[in-house]
Amino acid sequence: MTSDAPAVMVKDLVKRFGDFVAVDHVSLEARRGEIFGFLGPNGAGKSTTIRMLCGLLRPTSGQAMVAGLDVALKPEAVRQKIGYMSQKFSLYNDLRVMENIRFFAGMYSVPDSVLPERIDWVLEMAGLKGRESALTGTLATGWKQRLALGCAVLHRPPILFLDEPTSGVDPISRRQFWELIHQMAGEGVTVFVTTHYMDEAEYCHRLVLIDRGRIVASGSPLELKQQAMKGELLLVECEPVGTALELLQTAPEVLDAAIFGSALHLVVPQARSAIAGLRGYLAERGITVARIEPIRPTLEDVFVSLTSNKLEERSTP
Amino acid sequence: MTATSHAIEALELTKEFPGVIAVDHLSFAVREGEIFGLVGPDGAGKTTTLRMLAGVLTPDSATATVAGFDIGTDPEGVKHQISYMSQRFGLYEDLTVAENVRFYADLFGVRRAERERRAAQLLQAAGMSEFGSRLAGNLSGGMKQKLGLVCALIHTPRVLLLDEPTNGVDPVSRRDFWRILYALLGEGVSILISTSYLDEAERCHRVALLHQGRLLFCDTPAQLKKTLPGTVVAVASPDPRRLREALSGVEGISSLTLVGDGVRLVVDDGARRIPELRARLASANVPFDSIEQVPPTIEDLFVEAVRESSGRGE
Repeated sequence: MTSDAPAVMVKDLVKRFGDFVAVDHVSLEARRGEIFGFLGPNGAGKSTTIRMLCGLLRPTSGQAMVAGLDVALKPEAVRQKIGYMSQKFSLYNDLRVMENIRFFAGMYSVPDSVLPERIDWVLEMAGLKGRESALTGTLATGWKQRLALGCAVLHRPPILFLDEPTSGVDPISRRQFWELIHQMAGEGVTVFVTTHYMDEAEYCHRLVLIDRGRIVASGSPLELKQQAMKGELLLVECEPVGTALELLQTAPEVLDAAIFGSALHLVVPQARSAIAGLRGYLAERGITVARIEPIRPTLEDVFVSLTSNKLEERSTP
Repeated sequence: MTATSHAIEALELTKEFPGVIAVDHLSFAVREGEIFGLVGPDGAGKTTTLRMLAGVLTPDSATATVAGFDIGTDPEGVKHQISYMSQRFGLYEDLTVAENVRFYADLFGVRRAERERRAAQLLQAAGMSEFGSRLAGNLSGGMKQKLGLVCALIHTPRVLLLDEPTNGVDPVSRRDFWRILYALLGEGVSILISTSYLDEAERCHRVALLHQGRLLFCDTPAQLKKTLPGTVVAVASPDPRRLREALSGVEGISSLTLVGDGVRLVVDDGARRIPELRARLASANVPFDSIEQVPPTIEDLFVEAVRESSGRGE
């Protein structure tokens, strides 16, 4: 494989479970060194896609190439080319640091000749030199998580899958973690991130949003925030905010309303032109409006505008 | 209830486990009718605090009252006033949605006429009206959490304690969840909710930011963000790594984070530094798409606060 070939290439990938189409003609490409975020509601088909890319589940139709290997034809070979880490289930808490490293080295068949050097690298990277015999369960989350990352890449895979890698981790450790990920990407590792956590999505170069098995949007975090939203966003500060929320659910022009403390976020087709109408609508109903102004959507706003809750449940088997 | 208008009042709440002080002299008060967030990463002491307030764990020292009842001297009194949804809320996976709700209604002694009305209303708010006959075990993660909330609310508590109810829940279901919580305020319920999603702090009236058992800050999200010293600046660029190299060591930058489409900086003075940064990038010939001041997040604040306090400690 040349270095210009995509590290992950998925074409018309389909997975059916009986009548249920979990993944519906998904096509995507991730470049070498790209941090690729895969977002979607519970049950959207994210994990099914990842399991196919890891060679753990056979596609119904379509093709997925990982590191130049077809996952349907060479699932074992694919598994040697990837690393996998999830914040929640990666390490054995009742094993010592060194025991966890050796366990994963064995699982990934790391040759003995390079093992000492790799172990050294993990300990260094995780900041665990001198704590090799500490019980993993007693480590603070930041260390545990860097150890999990080290174990996932002991065999130097060109492709790394991360599942909500920094959920619940303190922000300083989280930033350190993403620093490491960006460093690995800089060295050519392709990183596939699945998450519900919009803070994590911000660290990705490119995002794909999947809903009911299909890709509904893709782009950089900035592109998604600038272009992908259906409608525009208004911030409304008013009193009483609870009543206003109820009234606005059925107000003309309002596509969605969400509450943030003492303020509301409204999705409307056009922010500027909607302001006067909404002011009048709320005033007539006894709501005092302190502020109403257009704001930029966050990734969460985009996510919610492009997916739908009811549809999510219909698609869950 | 005493004369105070506090739903919860915690004074110097402390709990030590072997080798770790889980909660370290924590004081805060939740006003009646507000949604108060305990916000912080794993290990910050959120769960331990909630368990003490729910009367299921005894504090080492402290006084705390919940709905006017002292958790030390009258834990049973507390239990009658609250509903507590722990992280592993007990849903019966082999019972249907409706059967789970009925079970909790019996447990809380809710009258039959009342329960039907309330169950229908709550299930509708959760977007689950059509799922009454589905087995709880077959629900998605987000739906299970919402069903847990419905069960916890089948009676009307004075104080609702929620331990990380939105953990692992996607943003769409999370919004439903918050909508239900805000609707409850109209019934006079006060809510204490914990979360490790720092961005969720924005949804609370007031928050306590916790780190390693201690209180960093307690205020409204808007006030908290005003306390951040300096300005947050976002620079968008097709090559964030090069951008960072060009900016490393530049005067006035207190933190620099690589994100997917650029870098985020905290600088001492935005008005002064943005033109300087612009000039610096132009002279270094580093391409960038935009450079602008952006609102700070709770995470920015958290990072600055922890840096400051650990700096002081050393």
